[in-house]
Amino acid sequence: MAAYLIRRLIQSALILLGVSFITFFLLYVLPADPVRQIAGRAATAETVENIREQLGLDKPFVVQYARYMGALLQGDMGRSYLQKTQVAELILSRLPATLLLMVGAIFCELVLGLTMGIIAALWRGRALDQTLMVTSFVTVSAPQFVVSLLLLYVFAVKLGWFPIGGYGTFAHLVLPAVTLGILGSGWYSRMMRSSMIDVLRADYIRTARAKGLTRARIVLRHALPNAILPVIAMIGIDIGIFMGGIVVVESVFGWPGIGQLAWQAIQRVDIPIIMGVTLVSAFAIVLGNLLADLIAPFIDPRIKLR
Amino acid sequence: MTLAETTPTSGAVTAPEPVLRVEGLCVSVRTEAGLKPLVQDLSFQLRKGETLAIAGESGSGKSITSLAIMGLLPPPAVRVTGGRVRLAGQDLTSLPEAALRRVRGNRIAMIFQEPMTSLNPVMTVGAQLSEAIRAHEPVSRSEARTRAVEALRAVRLSEPDRRMDQYPHELSGGMRQRVMIAMALALRPEVLIADEPTTALDVTVQREVLDLLRDLQSQMGTAIILITHDMGVVAEMADRVIVMRAGRQVETAPTADIFARPQADYTRALLAAVPRMGQGATRLPVTSDPIAWLSDVVVRYPLHGGLLGGVTQNVHAVEHVSFDIRKGETFALVGESGCGKSTIAKALVGLAPHEGRIEIAGQPMEGLNAAGLKAMRRRVQMIFQDPMAALNPRMRVGDLIAEPLVIHGIGDAASQRARAADLMARVGLEPDHLNRYPHEFSGGQRQRICIARALALQPDLIIADESVSALDVSVQARVLDLLRALQTEFHMSYLFISHDMAVVDNISDRVGVMYLGQIVELGTRAQIFGNPQHPYTRRLISAVPIPDPTLKRAASPRLSAEVPSPVHPVGRQPVRVILRDIGEGHLVGTEA
Repeated sequence: MAAYLIRRLIQSALILLGVSFITFFLLYVLPADPVRQIAGRAATAETVENIREQLGLDKPFVVQYARYMGALLQGDMGRSYLQKTQVAELILSRLPATLLLMVGAIFCELVLGLTMGIIAALWRGRALDQTLMVTSFVTVSAPQFVVSLLLLYVFAVKLGWFPIGGYGTFAHLVLPAVTLGILGSGWYSRMMRSSMIDVLRADYIRTARAKGLTRARIVLRHALPNAILPVIAMIGIDIGIFMGGIVVVESVFGWPGIGQLAWQAIQRVDIPIIMGVTLVSAFAIVLGNLLADLIAPFIDPRIKLR
Repeated sequence: MTLAETTPTSGAVTAPEPVLRVEGLCVSVRTEAGLKPLVQDLSFQLRKGETLAIAGESGSGKSITSLAIMGLLPPPAVRVTGGRVRLAGQDLTSLPEAALRRVRGNRIAMIFQEPMTSLNPVMTVGAQLSEAIRAHEPVSRSEARTRAVEALRAVRLSEPDRRMDQYPHELSGGMRQRVMIAMALALRPEVLIADEPTTALDVTVQREVLDLLRDLQSQMGTAIILITHDMGVVAEMADRVIVMRAGRQVETAPTADIFARPQADYTRALLAAVPRMGQGATRLPVTSDPIAWLSDVVVRYPLHGGLLGGVTQNVHAVEHVSFDIRKGETFALVGESGCGKSTIAKALVGLAPHEGRIEIAGQPMEGLNAAGLKAMRRRVQMIFQDPMAALNPRMRVGDLIAEPLVIHGIGDAASQRARAADLMARVGLEPDHLNRYPHEFSGGQRQRICIARALALQPDLIIADESVSALDVSVQARVLDLLRALQTEFHMSYLFISHDMAVVDNISDRVGVMYLGQIVELGTRAQIFGNPQHPYTRRLISAVPIPDPTLKRAASPRLSAEVPSPVHPVGRQPVRVILRDIGEGHLVGTEA
């Protein structure tokens, strides 16, 4: 177990190193020039060169990358080009909002997705199953901004149940979390359905029926723990998808998370922030997958971590 | 119990009241073409303490009958369309689900064929046992646990307290089937339905489980319905037999009568097809010219672990095995699951990395390049256990049979097709069916397709790995006949791998007995079956159920010995078995 954990952590560090290199390289070859963004249109060529030198952007790629990584290893994520604040500070101030949204969204996703999947599997082939699967298909294919605007219009503008945007109370959280939850639930419900259908055909379910157990006990105690395994592995992967979706949803609902921060930074080619947000997201994904793998043996004793 | 049977059976005053009566049972499946009958007009009675065997081949409706009695038919397509199932007078077919649930597991219990998959992998043995008890009796958790431990002790499972907290994957197949039996009998049901309870088990484990079932039955007076295809198991266990075919009862009689005086043609054919030990024909001594020669072959699979993922343990699958297969002979490897017999087959076709020497037709396999291996594989072909899994379901049969020719670039498309048609005819299939897909054939026909495919390259050696194990006995007999005829015609050798001693006795010329990766005894068929020397060989032979109810076997020791693990830490070697010739090439192992 300890050996497994150490090996996984080393792997994780290598993944993060790879992500940092690729992102840094892509930003380096990008035709957009951050110095132009800082200096403004009116700046003279001399000013531009000065700023470039100051930021070290005139150096070769390898030197720039080495400098960045050197600082990063000492805990320094650099300063934003435009806001002059520490990137670490900016991210830390926005991380709680994003984490809160993430927890809320994953909760909605799981509750909606798993319930729909289980119900569809139990009523397989009937009208209820077909309705749920069409619904899941709609949620999987609906664009984020459409769903978020629709919910915003109905529940905030027309009904006035929730605030239109912002951050601070539980009511603020509901609409963005539900939006992300609805969008993600389609995957979970389809996966849960097929997994559950497989499990319900298993010999040990027949054994459970032959024992004279109630249907509820067969489904909840025997089928569910077996069916949920592939879904747990998916939660780890889902964090990655979530990080992509958060950019749009945070903008629509004015949620002050790192998605918004990233959105603004990309528009202004603010390289330190883009790097920072990318690495934090990558860290979250790696951590999520690691946690999913660590949870699995508690549900299925056959899984041995080594 | 509310509607107690009032009319006693006329005449038989002393006979106990039947616990279960099945009257004119009909089960049908709904298909697009309407209702298709699976079981038709089946009637029987079962008395306390009696064992009734329902015997038949696949598709006979025997398993469907057991599920119908339990009310476990897969809804909504399959259902009871007529007749009654009366448990102490109460009709189960008309009971609502909630009432039926109180009967299931409580008054009628069931054990299934596959102990490996019939227990929930994520629940402990104890939780699954206690749950079965608590589903029917209002007892506390701790009380249920106490009774569960008792039930495990009753099935003679070692260390019952420790087993309670173990998960199914930590137990062997035989131990899991004991757990299933403990679960079924914990509430002392009136009726136990055992659906092929030992089919998936090794023969020595089968012997232990059958002994156990018989002992428990005599203690508890349980009535048993034994569903099986194995006439040997029927002869040993049953008081009465119902022979079923295509959903109908063909014949029913006391066990002794069925074997001594079968009335129906089908029963006679079925009994004739059953492989029996001691009926193999002794063939003329074969030449000593070997087609395959193995010397000191070792196959080990490393297990990784530790911080750097290095090799910490090895699975010693095959240990220092030497033997040869001569031209035109059938060499059989027998042994129980995990003994390494299939690994040897893999090594022979270059699919398992090995140490030691293997020569095919005088050519060493070691150091062959890809082209050399490919040429060598032309000489050795394989037939596997499950023909459905061995045939690509999306290819036509003609293409499947011709594929080896295509791979080795033999002939053009037209000649390949003609050859495929020839081969189809040779294995007893219609050459016109070349354009059909595998699912359009029956199990036995599919195995014939696999044989035709193996013959396509005119190999010197065919490896048949459990190739008839999944087939019904009547089909099995015909496939064995075909293999024999083909051998005479093409003068091939067979390496016949099987766990079935009776089949091996029928087909083989020489036999190697394997145990834990090593050969413990090797000799001619007559030497091994007529004069078995190694204790393991004797145990294997004596464990085989004999399809003759008049033959009373000596009580075997009621002890469960688990096969030791072939996994050893790096550097530790298993105890080596040294073979000594005790005369006329009969090699017997002694531990060095």
